[in-house]
Amino acid sequence: MEARASRLLTDLRPGDSAIIAEIIGDDSLSIRLMEMGLLEGESVSLIGYAPLGDPIEFEIRGYRISLRAAEAQRVCLEAIS
Amino acid sequence: MSANSDSKTSNPDSSSSETVKPTRKTVALIGNPNTGKSTLFNALSGMKARTGNYPGVTVEKKVGKVVWNHREIDLVDLPGTYSLSPRSPDELVSVDVLLGRQEGVSAVDAVVCIVDASNLERNLYLVSQSLDLGLPTVVVLNMMDVARSNGISVDAEELAKRLELPVITTEAHRRKNVEVVKQAIADSVDRPLRTPESLFPDEFYAEAGQLRESLRTHKDIDIPQFLAQRLLIDRGGQIEQELTDSSAAGQQIKSDLEAARERLAAANCRVPAIEARVRYGWAREILDGVVTHPAERPASKSDALDRYLTHRVFGLFVFAALMMLVFQTIYTWAGPLMDQIETGQGFVAGIVEGVLPPGPLRSLLVDGIIAGVGGVLIFLPQICLLFLFIATLEDCGYMSRAAFLMDRFMAKLGLSGKSFVPLMSSFACAVPGVMATRVIESRRDRFVTILVAPLMSCSARLPVYLLLIKAFIPEQTLALGLGLQGTVLFLMYAIGALVAIPVAWGLKKLFFPGETPHFVMELPSYKVPSVRVIFDRVFDRGKAFVVRAGTLIFATTIVIWALGYYPGDHSKQYELQRSIVATETILESNPDNAELLEVTLEDLENEYHTVSSRLIAGSALGQMGHAIEPIVKPLGWDWRIGVGAIASFPAREVIISTLGTIYSLGGDVDEESEGLMGALRTSKWPDGTNVYNIPVALSIMVFFALCAQCAATLMVIKRETNSWRWPIFSFVYMTVLAYIGALITYQVGSLWL
Ligand SMILES: Nc1nc2c(ncn2[C@@H]2O[C@H](COP(=O)(O)OP(=O)(O)O)[C@@H](O)[C@H]2O)c(=O)[nH]1
Ligand SMILES: [Mg+2]
Repeated sequence: MEARASRLLTDLRPGDSAIIAEIIGDDSLSIRLMEMGLLEGESVSLIGYAPLGDPIEFEIRGYRISLRAAEAQRVCLEAIS
Repeated sequence: MSANSDSKTSNPDSSSSETVKPTRKTVALIGNPNTGKSTLFNALSGMKARTGNYPGVTVEKKVGKVVWNHREIDLVDLPGTYSLSPRSPDELVSVDVLLGRQEGVSAVDAVVCIVDASNLERNLYLVSQSLDLGLPTVVVLNMMDVARSNGISVDAEELAKRLELPVITTEAHRRKNVEVVKQAIADSVDRPLRTPESLFPDEFYAEAGQLRESLRTHKDIDIPQFLAQRLLIDRGGQIEQELTDSSAAGQQIKSDLEAARERLAAANCRVPAIEARVRYGWAREILDGVVTHPAERPASKSDALDRYLTHRVFGLFVFAALMMLVFQTIYTWAGPLMDQIETGQGFVAGIVEGVLPPGPLRSLLVDGIIAGVGGVLIFLPQICLLFLFIATLEDCGYMSRAAFLMDRFMAKLGLSGKSFVPLMSSFACAVPGVMATRVIESRRDRFVTILVAPLMSCSARLPVYLLLIKAFIPEQTLALGLGLQGTVLFLMYAIGALVAIPVAWGLKKLFFPGETPHFVMELPSYKVPSVRVIFDRVFDRGKAFVVRAGTLIFATTIVIWALGYYPGDHSKQYELQRSIVATETILESNPDNAELLEVTLEDLENEYHTVSSRLIAGSALGQMGHAIEPIVKPLGWDWRIGVGAIASFPAREVIISTLGTIYSLGGDVDEESEGLMGALRTSKWPDGTNVYNIPVALSIMVFFALCAQCAATLMVIKRETNSWRWPIFSFVYMTVLAYIGALITYQVGSLWL
């Protein structure tokens, strides 16, 4: 469980994809993230940043979503295989 | 997957709907945003929908009455949503409607779930939640054309078999298969309730059943199974907040709830996390073999476009150009249309003046009713033009990108990217600006945006600034070639925006405490906008303004007219009016005596203006001006400016015509009027000193920059917040702010200037 601190969704670079390991917390933000389909085992890729570096555009389950960096940090990724 | 073991409790309302069977049926439409729900709703209801508000919340209520197969059906359009897990009173409305608990909507007999065929997996999440309601359901697979062009194929027949529900494929924008949907809805309203599938582990249903039991014993209320499940899952959600109040019973429920959640966590069924896992797992299972995606996702045009439009240089450039265009349109290009409305108003007033003799009735018609109608219609060009742009950009898929681009900037001001367009529009006019806040999901961000939008310096303030700057600010050049007059004008525009920052901050702290709302936003694919959708939207907004806010704006104008008319003996005024008309007629037929007659005419007009001035001074409005003189004196104002400020409650620019009347120049003056400027410059206090000087002019301008003298804005705030609380609050806080601003300006200015 402790190894998860290593990689978060915000650590991806444009064009990278990775598998989600876990969504941290069970407040309304994490519920919303899960409702939108960000679940463990799911593949997600980073498309690009807004001009000021935040928010960030991702692709998940075949659609595009924008998350603020603070929100994307709730998403832990599996180590690259 | 087993059927729900506890079928008796799953549908608590079944007994009542079985016994009495009203012929009129109610069908609710739900779906994710951007799935074509409004398009389908309009196609089904034939644009005959009635809109209103649900009491106590800001959710728009949209009901279309239709008759299919001799069956009367009320179609209820619910707001687009990704989930039925209510986190606010607004979100609870949809759930309450679906459960037949919403006042003013009869119990729902069937649900239509609209899903985007090109994005089925995520869309099925909401379907899964709504199936737990146990209501007969029709699934509409919309956007089939989009799915096809993305290379996605959907086996609708197989999907129907697996869901055990009617599934209809449509292309709502082309009205394709809409008749089939009607048929399916008409068939479904008489179907019995379904037994929802049990997707969760048995422990979950047992705990939900126990919670219902505990609510029955401790609070003596019986909630539907669906709500008990939501209560269990939605940690900190709206249902929990309403049921676990501070009473002993509420606290008992709270501890039962926590205990239940702990037991579930121990049984490896941790809420809320389990819900998404279970439902997405179900969606994937259902779709396995039903949907086939192309092996390699084709690089779509939308993705390519997105790369440019969200680019940090090119994207911002396009954004700035678009916003300039939008602003330019509502600020400048609406002008000719507004002039035409004014001309039309003058034309109608002219007809009335030609028919009716001078008297109270004519004054009421011309200065009250016709002016009131004109005062409402004058906003239509700006509203329609702004929504023409917003609807187009939204329908293209660009609006969410605009929010994406501006989010960081707006976050620094404590708001989100979605507040940018409404606030920018408010620099032209706060009325459409406030109406445009509807896209902001977060209640806190939306209300704060609505409350600070009127601080943006709108075009109605400009005449006030221009008049006073021209009359009192010297034409000097400051350093760097900047003109003093232009600098003052710029400062007046800046002051509202600058003040809005601390105001927004304070509002959040005082009225909307809590965590920062999240900004999780779908970025839909780009597409060619639909002309029909855009025009529907523009029409809808324009109509909403005229019908729902218009009457109140109109009423305000009548009240202000009456205050300026009564009490007072207007017979002398009318006599002079008649003499003026008579003299004009003689002048036309007697060009020989022109010189003499023109002198007479001028004398008559001057006398008429003097009488009018005396009348307004003696009217209720004039008395109010005198009464508030001690209050406005610290601002450097005399009673006449006080009257102007009160009279301009319906709209700021009214102060100019009011001052014109008070200074015996007639009400037709505008900001260019040399006569009015002269009158202001020579206006004296009883002790002979000048009323107006630079500090006084600045104090008036600052007051008008910050005050809420615009009935239309206040009425639109009433409509958009669905409460009188917020327009009253806006008026009070802006008036206090304006007073303090003007006070500081005058007092500090007097020390220097
Ligand atoms: N290509 C395509 N576009 C559609 C279809 N149905 C609706 N649209 C368009 O999708 C856009 C969004 O529709 P709207 O009804 O406003 O979606 P809502 O957010 O769910 O209410 C509009 O431009 C519609 O014209 C469809 O079946 N195919
Ligand atoms: Mg819609």
